[in-house]
Amino acid sequence: MTMRRVAIIGVGATEFGELWDSSFRDIGITAGLAAVADANITADQIDALYVGNMSAGRFIEQEHIGALIADYAGLARDHVAATRVEAAGASGGLALRQGFLAVASGLHDIVVVGGAEKMLDVSDVESSIIQSAALDQEWETVLGATFPALHALIARRHMHEYGTTREQLADVAVKNHKHGSLNPKAQFRREITRETVMGSPMVSSPLRMFDCAPSSDGAAAVVLCPLESAKKFTEIPIEIIGSGQASDTLSLHHRKDICTMEATRMAAKRAFAMANMTHKDVDIAEVHDNFTISEILAIEDLGFFRKGEGGKATEAGLTGLGGEIAVNTSGGLKARGDPIGATGLAQAVEIVTQLRGKAEKRQVKDANVGLAHNVGGTGATALVHLFRRG
Amino acid sequence: MKVGIVSYGAYVPRYRITPEEIGKVWGVDGKAMSKALMINCKSVPSPDEDTITISVEAARNMMRRCDVSPGDIGALYVGSESHPYAVKPTGTIVAEAIEAAPNLTVADYEFACKAGTAAIQTCMGLVGSGMIKYGVAIGADTSQGAPGDALEFSASAGGAAFLIGSEKIIATIDKTCSYTTDTPDFWRREGEMYPRHGGRFTGEPAYFKHIMSAAKQMMTCMNTTAKDYTYAVFHQPNGKFPSRVAKQLGFADPQVLPGLLAPTIGNTYSGSVPLGLSAILDESKPGDRIFAVAYGSGAGSDAFDITVTDEMAHYQRGKAPTVKELNSNLKFLDYATYAKFRGKILLGGE
Repeated sequence: MTMRRVAIIGVGATEFGELWDSSFRDIGITAGLAAVADANITADQIDALYVGNMSAGRFIEQEHIGALIADYAGLARDHVAATRVEAAGASGGLALRQGFLAVASGLHDIVVVGGAEKMLDVSDVESSIIQSAALDQEWETVLGATFPALHALIARRHMHEYGTTREQLADVAVKNHKHGSLNPKAQFRREITRETVMGSPMVSSPLRMFDCAPSSDGAAAVVLCPLESAKKFTEIPIEIIGSGQASDTLSLHHRKDICTMEATRMAAKRAFAMANMTHKDVDIAEVHDNFTISEILAIEDLGFFRKGEGGKATEAGLTGLGGEIAVNTSGGLKARGDPIGATGLAQAVEIVTQLRGKAEKRQVKDANVGLAHNVGGTGATALVHLFRRG
Repeated sequence: MKVGIVSYGAYVPRYRITPEEIGKVWGVDGKAMSKALMINCKSVPSPDEDTITISVEAARNMMRRCDVSPGDIGALYVGSESHPYAVKPTGTIVAEAIEAAPNLTVADYEFACKAGTAAIQTCMGLVGSGMIKYGVAIGADTSQGAPGDALEFSASAGGAAFLIGSEKIIATIDKTCSYTTDTPDFWRREGEMYPRHGGRFTGEPAYFKHIMSAAKQMMTCMNTTAKDYTYAVFHQPNGKFPSRVAKQLGFADPQVLPGLLAPTIGNTYSGSVPLGLSAILDESKPGDRIFAVAYGSGAGSDAFDITVTDEMAHYQRGKAPTVKELNSNLKFLDYATYAKFRGKILLGGE
C-alpha cells in the first residue's frame, strides 16, 4: 500500500499553567480554533478529530471527550468522526500518529488533532494518584511507587553506572527554564540557577522539586492534510516525514536496563527508517523531560549522544540554543508545562513554529528537520515524530 | 450622618511557636517555610483561651479607652470561624462581660476571615440609620490548622473590637464597599475539626482577585490612589500575600509595615484586618487616612476608607495596651506543649 505524504497546515495552543478561569472544554476549543484559523480552513472541511487526553474522567469527571470537543467546536451538526486517544503521558503523541495514519491512508483529508488536560481542578495529592494510574497498579503503585520515586531509581542508577552528577541533572532544568523564559506561552518564564534546583525541596532522592515537571492546565492542536494539497492552505507546510511508535513492559522493574528506554530507541528507529534519515539530520528536538533525568535518557536513546554521555553533554551546553542540537526550545515539559494529554501536541506545535521560522527569541537558525519525543509512564509507550519544512 | 470608630481594643495571646519548631516535627524545612510565608512565629492561645475570651479581652480594652456607657450599646456582633459553640452565641457572653446586656441585639457572624469587617459594616448601617447609638463589632479567632498541613504554620489567635458610633469619632469611615463571589477556596464542614483548602487555588483566583477587585472599586469610587493614604492594611494569611497585593496597588513599605502583623503573630483569620487596623490606630495622628481591605474565603472582600479625626488627640489610647505591647513579653512553646494547648492530642475515648 502506498501511503500519502502528510503535512501540518495549522497549529494552535493555549497558554500552559494554572488556568483557573477556563474549563476543559474552553481550553480544548481555544487551541482547536486557533489551529483551524491558522490553517485557513472552515469547520465543514474537517473530516475527523482526534483528541489526546489521559484522564479527564478522574481530573474533571468527564469522559466521552471526543464527542464533547467535537460538539463544543461546532462540529456536531457535521457529525464529524471524533476519537479520544489515551496512552498516559504519550496520549498527545499517539493522537498525532492516529491523525497522521488517517490522512496517510487516504481515509480522511483534513484532520484536526488536539490534546488537552485540566489537572489543577483537583488537589495535589489527588493529581499525583491520578498520574500514578499510568504505572502498574498491581506491581508498582500498590507498593507505594510514584512517578518521582521510579524516576529517582533511574537517576540513581544512571549516576552509578555513568557518573552522571547531581549538577548535570540540575543543568537540564536550568536550560529548560532559560528556554521557557523566551516562550510567551510557557508556564514558567523565569530563569533559574543550579542553586535553585539543588536547594529546592526534596521529592524523591536525588530528585528535587525543580527536577520535576509541574502539573498544568493546557491544550494544543494541529491541522493535518495531504502534502499535495497543503500549499492551498499555507505557504509553509510542515511535512511529517516519520512516525514511530513502540511499547515496553509496563513496570520499570521488568526491564533489563532501567537506564535505557527501549521504547524510545525502537520508536526512533522506526521513525528514522520511515524518513530515511538518522539522528544526524535533526536540527531541533522536543523531548519528554517530565523529570530532568528523563531528558538525559532521551537524548541518549534518540541517538544524539552516546549512552552515559547525556549529562556531560547537557553540562557542556550542547543541548541549549546555539548548541550542537537545540533540545526543548519551548522550555520542555519542565518549563513550558505538562498538561499530560496536550504535551505531545505542544511538542509538535513548537517544532512547526521553529521550522516556520516564527519562534522569535528562541528561534533556531535554519532549522529544517525537527523531532518530537513523547513518553507514557516510565517508558512503556514512546512516540517519535520527525518533521521537515515542506 | 458621619459614622466611624469611637473606640477600639485588641488582644493577642502571649504564646508563640516558630515554623522551625513545627517543621521539625513534620520533616519540613521550617526555615524555608518561614521565609516563604514571611512568618517568624505565630500566636497560640493557652488552654484557657478561646474566641470568647479573646473577644471579651478586646472588648474590655475598647471600653477602657472611652467614656461610653455600656447601656448605650444597641448591637454587638462577633465575627469568627472558631466560635466555641456551634449553637449558642459568643456575643451574649461578650455583651454580659462588658455589661451591655440585656437591651441590645446580638449575633455571631461567620464569613471565613472577614466576618469581623462584615460586623463593622452592619454596625455602620444600624448607627447610620439611627436604629442604635453605638454598636460593637468584633473580629476574633483561634484558627485551626490540621497537624502537618501548610495552614499549621500560620493559623494563630487574636482579635480586636471596634465601637462604632456617630459621636466623638476618632476615625471616620468615609466609605465601605465589598466584592463577593461564590469561590470555594477554603472550607470546613459541620463537625469537621480542621478546614480544607484548594492549595494554590487560594491565591490568584481567591485572595488576590477579591482583594484587588474591592480595592480598585474603592479607589475608583473615592477617586484616590495609594499616595492618598497614610496607611494600608490587608488581610494577612501570611506576610507575603499582603506585601504583594500592597505592591501591586502601589503602596510602599512605610504605609504597610505598621499594620503588617503576620510576621510576628501569624494569621489571626477574622482578627487579621481588625488587629492590623488597631496597630495602625495605635500610632496614627489626626488627618491620617487609612486604606483597609479584608478577605474571607468563600469568598469576599470588604474595603474601607478611613480618616483619623481631631478627636484622636483627646482619645485615651494609653488606658489599654497597644498591639505592640500585646506583642511583647512572649513565651515560646515547643511542639508538644503547643499540641496539648491546641487540643491536638486526642486521648482514648475522646
